[in-house]
Amino acid sequence: MAHMGATGKTGSKEPGLRYPANGKTIFHRPLNRSKTSELSQASFAYLFSEMVSYAQKRVTGIADLEKRLNLQGHPIGLKLLDLLLIREPLRSQSRPLNIIALLHFIKGNLWTHLFGRQADRLEKSSNPDTPDEYMIIDNEPLVNAYVSVPKEMSQLNCAAFVAGIVEGVCDGAAFPARVTAHTVGGKEEGEMWPGKTVFLVKFQPEVLEREALIGKS
Amino acid sequence: MTVFALIIINKAGGLIYNRTFHEGGLNKISTNDYLVLAGTFHGVHAITTRLNPVKNAGGDRTSTSPSVPGAANIVNRPEPSSGLEVLESENFRLQCFNTMTGTKFLLFTDTTQANVDVTIRRVYEMYADYVMKNPFYQLEMPVRCDMFDRKLLSYIREINNR
Repeated sequence: MAHMGATGKTGSKEPGLRYPANGKTIFHRPLNRSKTSELSQASFAYLFSEMVSYAQKRVTGIADLEKRLNLQGHPIGLKLLDLLLIREPLRSQSRPLNIIALLHFIKGNLWTHLFGRQADRLEKSSNPDTPDEYMIIDNEPLVNAYVSVPKEMSQLNCAAFVAGIVEGVCDGAAFPARVTAHTVGGKEEGEMWPGKTVFLVKFQPEVLEREALIGKS
Repeated sequence: MTVFALIIINKAGGLIYNRTFHEGGLNKISTNDYLVLAGTFHGVHAITTRLNPVKNAGGDRTSTSPSVPGAANIVNRPEPSSGLEVLESENFRLQCFNTMTGTKFLLFTDTTQANVDVTIRRVYEMYADYVMKNPFYQLEMPVRCDMFDRKLLSYIREINNR
């Protein structure tokens, strides 16, 4: 506890939250400071590689592993929703109020913020049995840029982490949903994009119910 | 100008990657022979690094200024000798690239191939990207990464079709 003495009076009171000597925490920084800054992809790749290895410890199966990756992304999504909205011009600062607006927000703002480009496509499930399913399609997800999934785990897609972020954004905007990542590359038309990934967004029934009510009025 | 094959040897002398790019360039040998080749090359390489007369650069280590003791040591450490770099026969040329961590990349080309050192560095770069950044790769184990295979094949194909 020797280092606590140097930080002065603020540090020692609240365990778990340490303040720097000048009292300026991350909350004192201007929100837009890092708006245009970029990160090294290599350092992210190494960090992500460790995140996957960490999630892989003591898992029972692939579904469990994807669940853990999803959980790692979820809080990021919740926070990003607020951050991205506050960076919008004042008149468009309200959160998306219908499914289409939300998905466009994710495809445009969220993707641009995270990966520097928009998602490649947005689709609604053509199956009449599942009107609650929407698909965000990314031809080559940045998180998978260096990941080769071994054959015995072929169902796994590490973009489950990104799915978790998307799920966090949906939950934060009060559109509770389950988001999963699926690899579709390597099949018939996916030859050009072997890493092509579909993020399947499945909204809860109450979301669709509300959507229908809003549509009527 | 053709690139025939690539072999990667880990720091313990084990074969971790082996791929042929051009049929009919080199005679086929069995996997077991490849393992023996990797182990033997590793041993020969180790001996050649010892054969190399080390340049006498560390002699005046004590006389350098004591103000920066750490830096002085680093500057005066003799270059580690590179050991065997090229092995050439009538029909093929074997270039070896030894990384800082002791992983060896062996590239078999025909004797007229130019800029092999550039090619081999690019291969190393791909290895660093698609093998080392892959969360499912275990260090020192055989390389089984689709992404690495794919990028490597397309790069070598580009060279061979030039």
